[in-house]
Amino acid sequence: MGVDWQTFWPRIVEATGQTILMVAVTLVIGSIFGIIIGLLLFVTRKGNILENAFLYQIINFLINIIRPIPFIIFLVAISPLTREVIGTTIGTWAAIFPMSIAAAFSIARVVENNFISIDPGVIEAAKAMGASPLQIIYTILIPEALGPLVLGLTFITISLIDFSAMAGTVGGGGLGHVAMTYGYQRFDTSVMIVTVVILIVLVQLAQWVGNTLSRKILRR
Amino acid sequence: MITFKDVSKTFTIGKREVHAVRNVNLTIEEGEIFGIIGFSGAGKSTLLRLVNVLENPTAGAVEVQGVDLASLRPTEVRKVRRRIGMIFQNFNLLTSRTVAGNVAYPLKLAKMPRAKIKERVEELLRFVGLSDKAKDYPEQLSGGQKQRVGIARALATSPDILICDEATSALDPDTTGEILRLLKKVNKEFGITILLITHEMHVIQSICDKVAVMEDGEVIESGGVFDTFTSPAHQTTKRFIRSVQQDLPSPSLLDEWRQKGGKQLYRIIFKGEVASDPVLSRVTRKHDIDVNIVYGSVQEIQAKFYGNLLVSFDGDVGKTANAVEELNEIVQIEEVDVTWA
Repeated sequence: MGVDWQTFWPRIVEATGQTILMVAVTLVIGSIFGIIIGLLLFVTRKGNILENAFLYQIINFLINIIRPIPFIIFLVAISPLTREVIGTTIGTWAAIFPMSIAAAFSIARVVENNFISIDPGVIEAAKAMGASPLQIIYTILIPEALGPLVLGLTFITISLIDFSAMAGTVGGGGLGHVAMTYGYQRFDTSVMIVTVVILIVLVQLAQWVGNTLSRKILRR
Repeated sequence: MITFKDVSKTFTIGKREVHAVRNVNLTIEEGEIFGIIGFSGAGKSTLLRLVNVLENPTAGAVEVQGVDLASLRPTEVRKVRRRIGMIFQNFNLLTSRTVAGNVAYPLKLAKMPRAKIKERVEELLRFVGLSDKAKDYPEQLSGGQKQRVGIARALATSPDILICDEATSALDPDTTGEILRLLKKVNKEFGITILLITHEMHVIQSICDKVAVMEDGEVIESGGVFDTFTSPAHQTTKRFIRSVQQDLPSPSLLDEWRQKGGKQLYRIIFKGEVASDPVLSRVTRKHDIDVNIVYGSVQEIQAKFYGNLLVSFDGDVGKTANAVEELNEIVQIEEVDVTWA
């Protein structure tokens, strides 16, 4: 095997750090926008607290356009926009931009689904107690949906680890980049195995954190 | 307290129009327990939701404490809602909050200071008998306990009116009795006006002062519970009453009665004080005939007696006719035709 692990380990550690950074930042940005978009989608639904058919149709349409595009194609397709916003299309931050957009729309759907599963009776009860639409959002919708929401976000986090590997192939850095350049293109199986093992550990870790958190929130 | 003036509510579902409430006129006085009974789909749930503006009428007006609800802006509507507590068939407790958190919720909405909220929550939980469950979550409670939390929560903001949406329909008979007694206590101790809807006649019988019967969106009969119970005008009302009070024996028992050569049956209805007088015994003795009570019951409705007896008389035909005539002056008596039964 032609790898000098002495010099290669720091490279792996750096790449792992990049992957975690990409996933973490994307998760935060994606969640913020995802929750907002998901909320808008839910409250503008027919019969809901801020019913607005026009807004609902637009958001729904946008989500349905962006979600089915394979990420690797989306990544390339919006690269002109990435250059406008980030200044470059290469590197970790250039990967975070498209990842955040894709994540936000996926999260929006997850958020909407979780809100729909809240008993409408509870929302009616809050209304009957004099809650305003805004109060309903932050005292009912979010706390009542938080448990399943955390599980949904965990699911998204794991697909983000997958996204980050893809982003690596177009210069985003991270473990995906290492696996592609050293493992795939140089036929170095041991590098491939090491990166895959790290990815598996990251996924397990994310799932464990998500499960623990949601169990705490749901009390089961 | 609450006035419905020619109120109608029509929903449009697709191209179909559903008339949930039609031309309802009702007045609910302060301090009353007013029950609205109807089969499912009669429109009572919609009517109830007009009171706290969860629905708006398509025609007519609903007034609460003299204020036309249609004239209110959203912020004013939310204020009115705090004067009207509401409890639900499925309790609708917040699963993410403890019992204490649920009761505190409307107070937080009303921006009461934290220390005061704590005090008020303790007081309310003591009132509904759940002080030891303050830190529990709703899923740890039984149905009756959940409804107690619902009641404590509805009373938190010291409302003038409590509206109950089938509050006992998901509970077993024992627990239903418990909750009904609690509602009566709420009415008596705090003078809170209660408007409830139900499909169970015994709910009306046990706690209501007045009743309205709804069918197809219309109020077909309304009045005092005792009067409505003892002299129902409408067929649907009679059906509801029969659900809590069997007024004829089963067909097989009637068959047996006929085979044994049973005599003409009479229905005697006693109301109020006459139920406690020995009328039947006195009259039959006077006319020298015997009375045989075949079937019936004596019930208490709104602290008054109500007897509904099926009897036959043994003795001379002429004397029987005289006795029936005399009884007719004191109580309600009628021949019962059992040939169809």
